[in-house]
Amino acid sequence: MQLQGKKIIALGERDGIQGGAIAQCTASAGAEVVLEVTHCFV
Amino acid sequence: MQQTTVQPVIRGVRFFLAHTPGLVRYGSKPSRDIDRDPAVGDTLQAHLRGYADAAAYPPNQAFLGAIHPDALASLPTPWFRHAGCGERWGPHGEIMPEEEFYGWLKIADAFNLVSLDTDFIESIRPALDAHPLCTPADLEQLGTGVSQAELDAHCAPGTGLAGDMPTLPLFLRDGSRIGCFHAAHEVDATLAADVLLENLTCKTTAVLAMRTLLAQLPIDPMDIPYVLNSGEEAVGDRYQRGGGNLAKAVAEMSGCQAATGVDIKGFCCGPLHALAIAGGLVSARVFPHVVVVGGCALSKLGMKYRGHVQHDQPILEDVLAAVAILVSADDGASPRLRLDSLGRHTVAAGPSQKAIFEQLVKEPLQRLGLSFGDIDKYATELHNPEVTEPAGSGNVPLLNYRVIAGLAAMGKEITPAQVPDFVAAHGMPGFSPTQGHIASAVPFLGHAVDGLRGGDLQRVLLLAKGSLFLGRMTQMADGVSLLLERNG
Repeated sequence: MQLQGKKIIALGERDGIQGGAIAQCTASAGAEVVLEVTHCFV
Repeated sequence: MQQTTVQPVIRGVRFFLAHTPGLVRYGSKPSRDIDRDPAVGDTLQAHLRGYADAAAYPPNQAFLGAIHPDALASLPTPWFRHAGCGERWGPHGEIMPEEEFYGWLKIADAFNLVSLDTDFIESIRPALDAHPLCTPADLEQLGTGVSQAELDAHCAPGTGLAGDMPTLPLFLRDGSRIGCFHAAHEVDATLAADVLLENLTCKTTAVLAMRTLLAQLPIDPMDIPYVLNSGEEAVGDRYQRGGGNLAKAVAEMSGCQAATGVDIKGFCCGPLHALAIAGGLVSARVFPHVVVVGGCALSKLGMKYRGHVQHDQPILEDVLAAVAILVSADDGASPRLRLDSLGRHTVAAGPSQKAIFEQLVKEPLQRLGLSFGDIDKYATELHNPEVTEPAGSGNVPLLNYRVIAGLAAMGKEITPAQVPDFVAAHGMPGFSPTQGHIASAVPFLGHAVDGLRGGDLQRVLLLAKGSLFLGRMTQMADGVSLLLERNG
């Protein structure tokens, strides 16, 4: 998937992939992270 | 001043469960949904299970030490259909029926926040009188109660003891009203009835865990100099919301007249932070004993109820849980708390699971010259999957164990094909109630102490994560780990 120039909403989970990790990965691929959130489901 | 340090050990651990189906409506999720649609209350009530089912529920039996968590793996699922014999008392604590728990809530009430119906009090008095942890002074604190007419007056809008602040009626599972809970201020939201109910249930459950611990271990409560409370409740009024201190309140009600204490906050990893600090205080000879307590998280009752109702299963988040842990100087027999093993998820580490587990597992093991396989059991997030999976929240312990096994595979200690066997051998099925800080690592402590003292365990790694981002002050999570090992 081409992420360059895309806007990203990074929805993460504490015990899975956290929002920060998604944001870092997608930003490094050229995307703009417009929202980064991590949820805890327990 | 003595310059040498001493080895801290975990002398004992006890737990407490209160089966409180009548309070499920006051969990955060159910209460918000009932506010939007009162019919939700009827749906909830239709899915509440009775005490016998909650006592027989295998994960609760594992929590109280009656069965080992590993035994759950061979039991047929769903576990809630298990029709075993549920003893009230397990080796590590008891599960109390809601009627008696309401009595203890009144006993722990220092500000007349709880009013109970006179007839109800008389109906529970014999059971409380027979309880091994109940004293004559406790029974006196129970009082004589109020009439249903007085409860009507308290619960009517605008006529409570705190003016317009709502009074919460207290119900049993069958819907009968047996009392009410008052707000403590006319306008202060931090002293509203729902907040104080959370705090007082937290105090009450922590007291019962601590009293159980001190009653069953050969130690005089007067010999406890310091208590660390590690719960997630927010005790304080409008000028210091969440400022605490519940530790001293628990000590007061546990006969620890020579103690003071303080609260340690760290979301779900609060208890492990508190254990590390307790170990440090003992190691430095500041105190010979420190008790770490954690009371319940009432707000999490019924948190996943929608998934349970959707699958037409009982609402399993119907218990309040608490823990009390005695950390002491080395007695030559109890499991050693290896302070030199402390793993920390640092600010710089980043949010990836790999980074977190490298800091909590890989790096501490390398520091101690140990391999992944040298740890007999990893005690991590131990939430009961039967609670979380129907709500789409996955099997949290399994997720965590797979990451640990994955790190072992990346280190060439095992092959990728051996990951499932590693998880089965060094992990365990989740069995803890989803009670916030209680569910992370500490539910296994009772089994760990048993296995390290007289069983076949050599080392147990405790690791817990905290969702700091929930408070909206940082995007970060946190985590800590600690090694327990056999003494001698």
